[in-house]
Amino acid sequence: MRALLLVLSLLLTAPALAVEPSEMLDDPALEQRARDLSAVIRCVVCQNESIDSSNAEIAHELRLLVRERLVAGDSDQEVLDYLVARYGDFVLLRPPMKPSTYLLWFGPFVILLIGAVAVFVYFRRQRSAAAQPAALSPEEEARLARLLAEDSAGEERSGPA
Amino acid sequence: MIRRLLFLLPVLVFVVIAGYFLWGLAPERDPRDVPTAMLDKPTPTFDLAAVPGLDVPGLATADLAGGEVAMVNFFASWCVPCRAEHRYLSALAEETGVPLYGINHRDKPADAVAWLVELGNPYRRIGADPGRAAVEWGVTGVPETFIVDGEGRIRWHHRGPLVPEVIEREVKPMIEALRS
Repeated sequence: MRALLLVLSLLLTAPALAVEPSEMLDDPALEQRARDLSAVIRCVVCQNESIDSSNAEIAHELRLLVRERLVAGDSDQEVLDYLVARYGDFVLLRPPMKPSTYLLWFGPFVILLIGAVAVFVYFRRQRSAAAQPAALSPEEEARLARLLAEDSAGEERSGPA
Repeated sequence: MIRRLLFLLPVLVFVVIAGYFLWGLAPERDPRDVPTAMLDKPTPTFDLAAVPGLDVPGLATADLAGGEVAMVNFFASWCVPCRAEHRYLSALAEETGVPLYGINHRDKPADAVAWLVELGNPYRRIGADPGRAAVEWGVTGVPETFIVDGEGRIRWHHRGPLVPEVIEREVKPMIEALRS
């Protein structure tokens, strides 16, 4: 029983996040939107952390700002646009799709495609080579006949041990 | 022929990867350098009260559209690099006569006053910012400095302290260019 309680208490605890109770909104739906948005907004001074998980001062300020904008009636996109206008695309943890980031988004698939084409060409060449071996030239035919004759002659000479 | 070219492929891959390393590990590149998005934009809308206990007026958007090139500096008394840049900033304001405006970021008024009494006050106006003005300006921390042209547009943005090298290489030429 005690073990079960321990396991349950470990499993059911909420993850420790930076968002403080005083920051939270009363409206659970709006608060959830704020949390979802916070997860994709970069805390601009902490390299690779979202404002939802950072304790930095600026992350606190941005969390408050996101909630204020939502309460004021902004859509999720409007909140993100507001931040991008001030901090650039850098503030988004997920890079936007636009010409300057096409290489980033499509590069891996292009490389995959090149690899797939290379593998396809390689196997097709091998198969066609196996299916139709080149015919022997007359010299090769003659050499083959000679070798075969030598072989059988050699066997007869040595005979069974 | 094609087969022979294929042997060049590893060399090519090496060159590309080496290129990325050269770029990524270059001493001039600072991965903490956050790109700025504020250039050539009008100064954000803000209206900051004066720091209590200081006989310097507060700062608002309208103060920056006076037809004159101006500098806006985010600072705080708790910020060590701000202390380091203070003398260069003061000298620059005195030498060029550019109006220097301060935004006191997340500071205790008493600390800000003591700091300015100790080091001297080069600012014509100082707004007390509880935090939001920094976001409006796209500021990530103190110190950060902007140059605003006569029409109230941001023309230059620098994150970190203004060291003499940056002042000589970037700030002075920019002020000259905007004034002429």
